[in-house]
Amino acid sequence: MNRGLAERFDGTFRHWSLWPCLGVLVALSVYPVLQLVPMAFSTLEIVGGQQTWSFTPRRNLELLLGDAVLRDSISNTLVFVVVSVAFEMVLGLFCAIFIACMPRWRGTARTIMILPILLPPVAIGSMWKLMYNYDFGLFNQMLRAVGIAPANFLGSVDWSLMAVVAVDVWHWTPLVFLILFAAVESLPQDVLEAARIDGASMWQTIRLVILPLLGPALAVAALFRAIAAFKAFDQVYLLTSGGPGTSTELISLHLNRVFFEQNQLGYGAMLSLTVICMIAASLSAGRFAAAKR
Amino acid sequence: MIVPLHGHAATIGYCALALSALFIVGPTAWIFLNSIKYQIAIYTGAWVFEPTLQNYVDVLFSRRSDLISNLANSLVVAAISTVLALAIGTLGAYSLHRWHRRKLLARLLLGWTLVFHMIPTLTLVGPWYVLFQALGLYDTLTALVLTHVAINLPLTIWIMMTFFDEVPVELRDAAAIDGCGEFGTFRRIMLPLAVPGLVSAGILSFVFSWNEFSVALNLTSRGTATVPVAIARFAQQYEIQHAQMAAASMVAIVPALLLMAFGQRFVVRGLTTGAVK
Repeated sequence: MNRGLAERFDGTFRHWSLWPCLGVLVALSVYPVLQLVPMAFSTLEIVGGQQTWSFTPRRNLELLLGDAVLRDSISNTLVFVVVSVAFEMVLGLFCAIFIACMPRWRGTARTIMILPILLPPVAIGSMWKLMYNYDFGLFNQMLRAVGIAPANFLGSVDWSLMAVVAVDVWHWTPLVFLILFAAVESLPQDVLEAARIDGASMWQTIRLVILPLLGPALAVAALFRAIAAFKAFDQVYLLTSGGPGTSTELISLHLNRVFFEQNQLGYGAMLSLTVICMIAASLSAGRFAAAKR
Repeated sequence: MIVPLHGHAATIGYCALALSALFIVGPTAWIFLNSIKYQIAIYTGAWVFEPTLQNYVDVLFSRRSDLISNLANSLVVAAISTVLALAIGTLGAYSLHRWHRRKLLARLLLGWTLVFHMIPTLTLVGPWYVLFQALGLYDTLTALVLTHVAINLPLTIWIMMTFFDEVPVELRDAAAIDGCGEFGTFRRIMLPLAVPGLVSAGILSFVFSWNEFSVALNLTSRGTATVPVAIARFAQQYEIQHAQMAAASMVAIVPALLLMAFGQRFVVRGLTTGAVK
């Protein structure tokens, strides 16, 4: 009897080992996403743990169509994603190739580079908040030292978005570097040697041999970063909280504001669904374009 | 190594390397300097100042700060959610590796983890809030642990699947011939060979959970707040407490520094595993 039980346990191990995983995903990610649908068409109030739902689809739709901040946050997010990913890719690629060319210190360079990836984003936010400070921040001290008028990086509408982008570039260029560095280090040596024997210059080797071989790694790094930049929240919340005005209001910050500062759980869900639909649309557009090519 | 630099080019290279290292380490050094300054030295931007540990004493032991209990909360949440994510994720990854991969269910599951990775976490914090309110778990560490498990599970599954896939089929066959059952093969062959994967996934889960901010901000209150939430409180009060913010941030980055020093091999492996494949 005992033995039979053990055998049955054993024979079905590879089946039931999936259940806990499936359970967690269904309960904590599939269900909440589905829950967004009824929430999106309701007004939801929670008083002392007691939930009151009322069905108000028109009100939520009207809020969505009249949401001027949403438009700002979408355009800010697009600018944020495009500019920061572009800088991260260029800098990361440059560092990867340049460090791979160093005869020594490659391991040390890589170790230092992983520091920003591991730091809590909130701590990074407070670092840069100190450095950007108008009165005593590092940047304005340097500007004053060379005789340029100090700039109000986080407090001016013109500068704030780029100031926030700069922090993201500092934070995530190392990840792009790591991915590309791993790819550069595993390039086939014979191809590089062939290029050298054929008398290719350094620049020719990089442009005609290395870059084409790095294609897939470049695509993966850009995709990774674009996805994560789209979700950016922590540092921006700490640095500017979306201000001044709506100049650094990203989609995640707007979601946070609607859900938890204005306590509009219903309209927040409507916003979330809109964002998810936007992501789905751009994904299928991307797949369509890739399939066509 | 592509084309090793030598001569003048190497010298210039080393200078550039030192400069980029300074650029990476600089902000951390700057916040450390600020954390050992008196408030007045911060406000005057002094470079020569009398160092003090007052800010650390202040954030750790003063009545106005709960950093000790925040640290305990962060540690408990990060440790428990990491263990749970590793256990659940490893079992799931083994099942996907061994049997399920080509089935519809598995493809749906893996596809879902990708989609889940793409949507902003804040779209989910709303429904999570409603769910935990209904279950009476709002403002508990349990709720935070559950959300962190959900967030870290996809990464664990991907890393562990890669490591299981790297184990040669012959080893598994040999174990089967020697009379090892399915569970025995998992426990005696697959798991020991995938230990580096477990370490990588564990370190990354721990760090992500320790650093996680957007969920903790909205699902906790004073008694259950984690360290990032506490730092944000210092930075968000209408009068920013720069000295305390700097000291609390320094405390919060200790795990990152330790892992950079001792676990960097696993961190790099974990971060590049998914990408290179």
